[in-house]
Amino acid sequence: MVELGVGGRGILPRREFPRLLEAITASGYEIVGPTVREGAIVYDRLRGVDDLPIGWTDRQEGGQYRLERRGDEALFGYTVGPYTWKKFLFPARERLFTARREGDSFVVIPEPTDGPKLALFGMRACELAGLDITDTVFQGGPTPDPGYRARRGRILRVAVQCGQAGGTCFCVSMGTGPGVRGGADLVVTEILSPGEHRFRLDIGSEEGARVVRGLASVLAPVPPEDDARVEAIVARTAASMGRTMESRGLRDLLRETLDHPRWQHVANRCLSCTNCTMVCPTCFCSTHEEVPDLNAETVERWRRWDSCFNLGFSELHGVSVRKSGLSRYRQWLTHKLGTWHDQFGSSGCVGCGRCITWCPVAIDLTEEVAALRQPATPSAPPGGNR
Amino acid sequence: MLATPHRPRLAVWKFASCDGCQLSILDLEDELLALAGRIEIANFREASSAVLDGPYDLSLVEGSITTREDAKRIREVRAQSKVLVTIGACATAGGIQALRNFANIDEFRRAVYARPEYIETLATSTPIADHVPVDHELRGCPISKSQLLEMVGAFLQERAPNTPNESVCIECKRRGNVCVLVARGTPCLGPVTQAGCGAICPAFSRGCYGCFGPQGSPNVASMLTELHRLGMTAPEVRRVFRTFNAGAPAFRTASEFAVEATDAKEGAP
Repeated sequence: MVELGVGGRGILPRREFPRLLEAITASGYEIVGPTVREGAIVYDRLRGVDDLPIGWTDRQEGGQYRLERRGDEALFGYTVGPYTWKKFLFPARERLFTARREGDSFVVIPEPTDGPKLALFGMRACELAGLDITDTVFQGGPTPDPGYRARRGRILRVAVQCGQAGGTCFCVSMGTGPGVRGGADLVVTEILSPGEHRFRLDIGSEEGARVVRGLASVLAPVPPEDDARVEAIVARTAASMGRTMESRGLRDLLRETLDHPRWQHVANRCLSCTNCTMVCPTCFCSTHEEVPDLNAETVERWRRWDSCFNLGFSELHGVSVRKSGLSRYRQWLTHKLGTWHDQFGSSGCVGCGRCITWCPVAIDLTEEVAALRQPATPSAPPGGNR
Repeated sequence: MLATPHRPRLAVWKFASCDGCQLSILDLEDELLALAGRIEIANFREASSAVLDGPYDLSLVEGSITTREDAKRIREVRAQSKVLVTIGACATAGGIQALRNFANIDEFRRAVYARPEYIETLATSTPIADHVPVDHELRGCPISKSQLLEMVGAFLQERAPNTPNESVCIECKRRGNVCVLVARGTPCLGPVTQAGCGAICPAFSRGCYGCFGPQGSPNVASMLTELHRLGMTAPEVRRVFRTFNAGAPAFRTASEFAVEATDAKEGAP
């Protein structure tokens, strides 16, 4: 008999896996999760198990991402793609409110914060860590963001423990993965080898327990050898990280190396294209624009993703205070890995590697940090490890 | 009888161009009537032969300067216009016709025309801003309808138009496109090109060809290295930078650099 309370676990055979999605849907959630689109694995609406990237994997390196067929029918045999879950909580474009002229004054029409309950299906450990960070950013202070808070209150976190590491992964260095240590409502681990395909399902919360309570008949008790398998899967993933980064003392290092010649070296390569910030699960910068109708009778306030790599982002009184690519890259990295600690009490990096993969010119923060740890020399070392 | 409220007077001017950007104004279909209610279309030959004399509150200028007459005419346009906005790649960068700036105009003239002596033209195609002060510019080949509407709205409301000089990449990501450069190895000028189009080409799995011209802080040197890494030869790189915005300084620098690289490789002087 399988205990379906918090902390309960069970084995779900592959043929019964659709029942998990059905249970989630039956609990009132729309499911969003990994699916193949435009040559990559993105997070989008899932109608069923067949929408998952079954039998696909991704090969990632600096500035390069390719989908490839696997030799098996794994459901989760890949790592993370270009988009993060933040788009469901902090949309790329969002109307915040509308104001309408009334006589000599105006009225503000608030934006409704209702919406569907979303199951974020297939969150990785690094992404759960990213969610913790955006929770702090958007609702950790005295004035929580109403839209984020409302959407955050409607999600179900279905995590997957990574069965393999990507070429740009370094969650081990950041202490965020690959094993899931809390923060999820349900956790799935895929056990797959020739002739066997099943999942260990762990229940992480009351809501997770409520969702899967109907699965008692298809869940089997976990035999000790499967616990050992799961442990081995996570350990193997941890041992095969594509990247490492020494994260100790980063805050001090970055404070002390502001004049290091390496900044110019990386600035020569940086395109100021914003891709690293767009794909980052924790980058949260935005800009606001007022959009009036032609008669200026109503005006909408919109928020959209912005980036510290844009000149306009640091414009004060019409002048950008970070004109050079050097100052913008340095701003991003010193914030992400250094001053984030002062602002939010943690690093802003979860080690997912997206900024490395999706940088068109393969700038690699793990390599930049390693270079900054070297004493400044008149001629900077050559970069680009691809 | 109620006095008719003053409507600002609009003029639309054409220089060397294909008329596509002017058509974008007419293409505003849904908004055109509302627009006409707020602004008097005083001089827009593409739309109406009824032309009212200046001065004008807002002039939209399409096209580049390629003749002596036009170099004179743009000064007259400027003198009659309170606010002058250039629209499209021709007006803002010289257009595709700025390819002449890299070649010998007499050779073109002889190759194209049966009686080249009938053709009087300047040796260069130059943007409007090289000739008169410009208050604002709208990029693109053609311009974006929503940016045009934003610009006219901003003019009516006496505020700065919101047309950011960020890269196409950020529009791609906001839209949810998968990066064609990283995921397919498709050469794409998005990282050095200004946003405003809505990242149309990458949404159809092809690379950006830079029709909005250079973004606010383009790193073309790094982009050149990247295009070569993706397998493009120097002549191919020169070609992608020599299209509608060939005359925009950053793209011109990129194409000239690619030419030097080609010449060096081929042992040319």
